[in-house]
Amino acid sequence: MNSHVSTNNTQLIKKRSPKFGHLLSEYGILLALTALVIVITILSPNFLTTSNMLNLFKQVSINAILAIGMTFVVLTKGIDLSVGSILAFSGIVTASLVTGNDTNLFLGIAAGLGTGLVLGLVNGLVVAKWKVAPFIVTLGVMSIARGLTYIYSNGRPISGLSNSFLVIGTGGFLGIPISVWIVLIVFGFCSVLLYRTKLGRHIYAVGGNENAAKTSGLNVDRTLMSVYCISGLLAGLAGVLLTSRVSSGLPQAGMSYELDAIAAVVIGGTSLAGGRGRLWGTLVGALIIGVLNNGLDLLAVSSYWQQVVKGTIIIIAVLVDRKRV
Amino acid sequence: MYDQQLLVEMKGISKVFNGVKALRNVSLKIRKGTVHALMGENGAGKSTAMKILSGIHKPTEGSILVEGKEIFLDNPKMALDNGIAMIHQELSPIFEMTVAENIFLGREPIYPKIHLVNYPKMYKDTKKMFENLGLSIDPKQRMKELSVSEIQMVEIVKAVSYDSKVIIMDEPTSSLADKEVEQLFSIINRLKKEGKGIIYISHKMDEIFQIADDITIFRDGEYISTNLAKTLDHDSLIKQMVGRELTDIFPERSKSVKDQIALSVEGITAKGYFQNVSFQLREGEILGLTGLMGAGRTEIAKAIFGMIPLESGTIKLKNKEVKIKGPKDAIKHGIAFVTEDRKEEGLVLPMSVKQNITISSLHKFTSGPMMKRDLETQVVDDMIKKLKIKTYSRNQLVETLSGGNQQKIVLAKWLLTDPKVLILDEPTRGIDIGAKTEIYKLMDQLTKEGYSIIMISSEMPEVLGMSDRIIVLSEGKVTGTLRPKEATQEKILSLATANKMGV
Ligand SMILES: Nc1ncnc2c1ncn2[C@@H]1O[C@H](COP(=O)(O)OP(=O)(O)OP(=O)(O)O)[C@@H](O)[C@H]1O
Ligand SMILES: [Mg+2]
Repeated sequence: MNSHVSTNNTQLIKKRSPKFGHLLSEYGILLALTALVIVITILSPNFLTTSNMLNLFKQVSINAILAIGMTFVVLTKGIDLSVGSILAFSGIVTASLVTGNDTNLFLGIAAGLGTGLVLGLVNGLVVAKWKVAPFIVTLGVMSIARGLTYIYSNGRPISGLSNSFLVIGTGGFLGIPISVWIVLIVFGFCSVLLYRTKLGRHIYAVGGNENAAKTSGLNVDRTLMSVYCISGLLAGLAGVLLTSRVSSGLPQAGMSYELDAIAAVVIGGTSLAGGRGRLWGTLVGALIIGVLNNGLDLLAVSSYWQQVVKGTIIIIAVLVDRKRV
Repeated sequence: MYDQQLLVEMKGISKVFNGVKALRNVSLKIRKGTVHALMGENGAGKSTAMKILSGIHKPTEGSILVEGKEIFLDNPKMALDNGIAMIHQELSPIFEMTVAENIFLGREPIYPKIHLVNYPKMYKDTKKMFENLGLSIDPKQRMKELSVSEIQMVEIVKAVSYDSKVIIMDEPTSSLADKEVEQLFSIINRLKKEGKGIIYISHKMDEIFQIADDITIFRDGEYISTNLAKTLDHDSLIKQMVGRELTDIFPERSKSVKDQIALSVEGITAKGYFQNVSFQLREGEILGLTGLMGAGRTEIAKAIFGMIPLESGTIKLKNKEVKIKGPKDAIKHGIAFVTEDRKEEGLVLPMSVKQNITISSLHKFTSGPMMKRDLETQVVDDMIKKLKIKTYSRNQLVETLSGGNQQKIVLAKWLLTDPKVLILDEPTRGIDIGAKTEIYKLMDQLTKEGYSIIMISSEMPEVLGMSDRIIVLSEGKVTGTLRPKEATQEKILSLATANKMGV
């Protein structure tokens, strides 16, 4: 009798526990984000206010856009260290074209995006055609783009931008900042690209097993070039956005932004070994970093300690998430 | 049950993966000084059971006893400490390290006071181990310089060197040539004499009857029976494995060969691989390409598929010369290539069953840039049914599939590219007898539908049973063409070694 009951029990547990573990590992970072929000809300009453939230989302938007692009690259087993510099160069290029009040806004923005796309294409070409390690290639382009930024701007900020341009970074629509709308649109568009198109499949395949992808007849080079182009283009977009928000083109903008982007990708559960990962995770990863930055500021933690706390939490987040096979 | 002492016993073992039962209450008893064959179809749970015994997976239920004492294995190291070593189905040595470093990984001998690795001792001990087993591999060589069979031997030496009582071999011969198999068997016999227990997993029937003392059979994750090998015969073994009578392994070859030529290669040469090779493949024909390992069979296939550049010679499809610069070209021309190494070149392991099956034919499932997901799902489900792929969901990652089912995924992938010429390199390697018959039937069916097949195989019965014509290669040259009626194992073997003895 007794034993009968206990077998029934174990069967019940067995049925449930794998599913539960599965859920936990799949959505663990959402839990982490929620926990973080709760803790900071308790510690600082100013955190969960509408104005602070809007501010936080605005802050997060730049990193979120960079990190979404970075996700594509990391899925192919690559890395893009140049996004911070590309952001700066694109920002400067756009800024130089939208000064004064009768400028062609469209042209300025297109030039900024184009700059990002071209530099991404350079990354992609060298990685795909000449098989140079992505780390090296993008490290090189990181330095080149930064140098070009200083040359182009003579090392000076460009200010006096047209008012209509500043709307992108400061304005809102339906009570939500335009930069947040842009993140949502980019996220939606990239999700479709990654999960619903051939290219998306190819990206996972190339990252998961390049050999098999080649033998299966996929165009590996073109796939690799695409991901660096996407990353470059989005870095360009981030540059335009940042320039508008701070209402000037700053040649030193975006320093070490690539690191936050990579952190968001990894926290989001995308494997640096390629072939495994998810876009929504990256978005949550960017939010975790943003909430941390914002929360620690509100709590008046010194910027030195902020770095220590941030680094620790990044490592813990990845540890928690590692249970996913 | 038996009088001899039991080395290891698995009792009432069950294992659940993500809510799906891979093993249900299975048992296994290994006697001292015996070879215990573990048999069953693909996905029957053999590897899973052995991964439990070697501490990789934890059982959901059940217990493990070593020499009568219950033990709990948290990791592979604990299994090794308890005298259980496993040689995996998929080998994973550290290629950049030397043979000796691989063998002593994690227990390197050190100089006592200064705690530095004692390399001279490491190399000397390794050398001695090899000599004891009659092997001639240089301990200082890097793993990446060894052939697959040598790597296999190193893994065996490593397993033995832990002073293990039980050594598990999961399909150890799937990439070995005949001579190397004999070498392996003599090592196994030596281990037997030393009183060790060997658990031996293989789909090759003749091997089993040659080497096994006991045979345990699993089916669909369940324990079926344990018998002395000499009390079983071929047919009853198969019947227990498959769960039904399996009369003809090879189907009656349909008369599908037509006069038209589907593919012809004329005097193709790629230095270091093969010289001046010519043959023709007719529509609806199965052309067997055989020879010893290293005879250049795979390389010829790779050249046709555009993966190895040709120095001279031409390839014609339907009498029209084609230039194939890479796999993409080849696929466009209706050639498909089921490679022999499914993990390296066939599958994207972290992707799902569905995604792997459609990866080469995505253009069929797109309208504009977007995927047509319903159509994809439907076609994939049809393929899963047609090839009888055992998977709990089309979204299962292929890395968690059993070896044989992985092979079927590769086949499914290529069938979806609508090939006219199918090149199958060792198409039934690691595939169970039931699935083999399925694949043979499928091959026959395909030739009736007008496909032409080049089948590269080292398995004589398969070559003899399925080919319409047999081409034998030796050292990169064609040494003979035979009709299956006139061909015998001896004739093929003498042609396969022709160049070696002739020179
Ligand atoms: N890590 C895992 N996660 C989920 N399912 C798994 C995992 N490993 C194995 N399985 C499932 O367990 C079942 C048994 O697989 P196993 O590899 O033990 O088969 P096998 O008998 O060794 O087959 P083969 O002869 O093809 O090697 C299969 O259905 C497989 O899909
Ligand atoms: Mg197996």
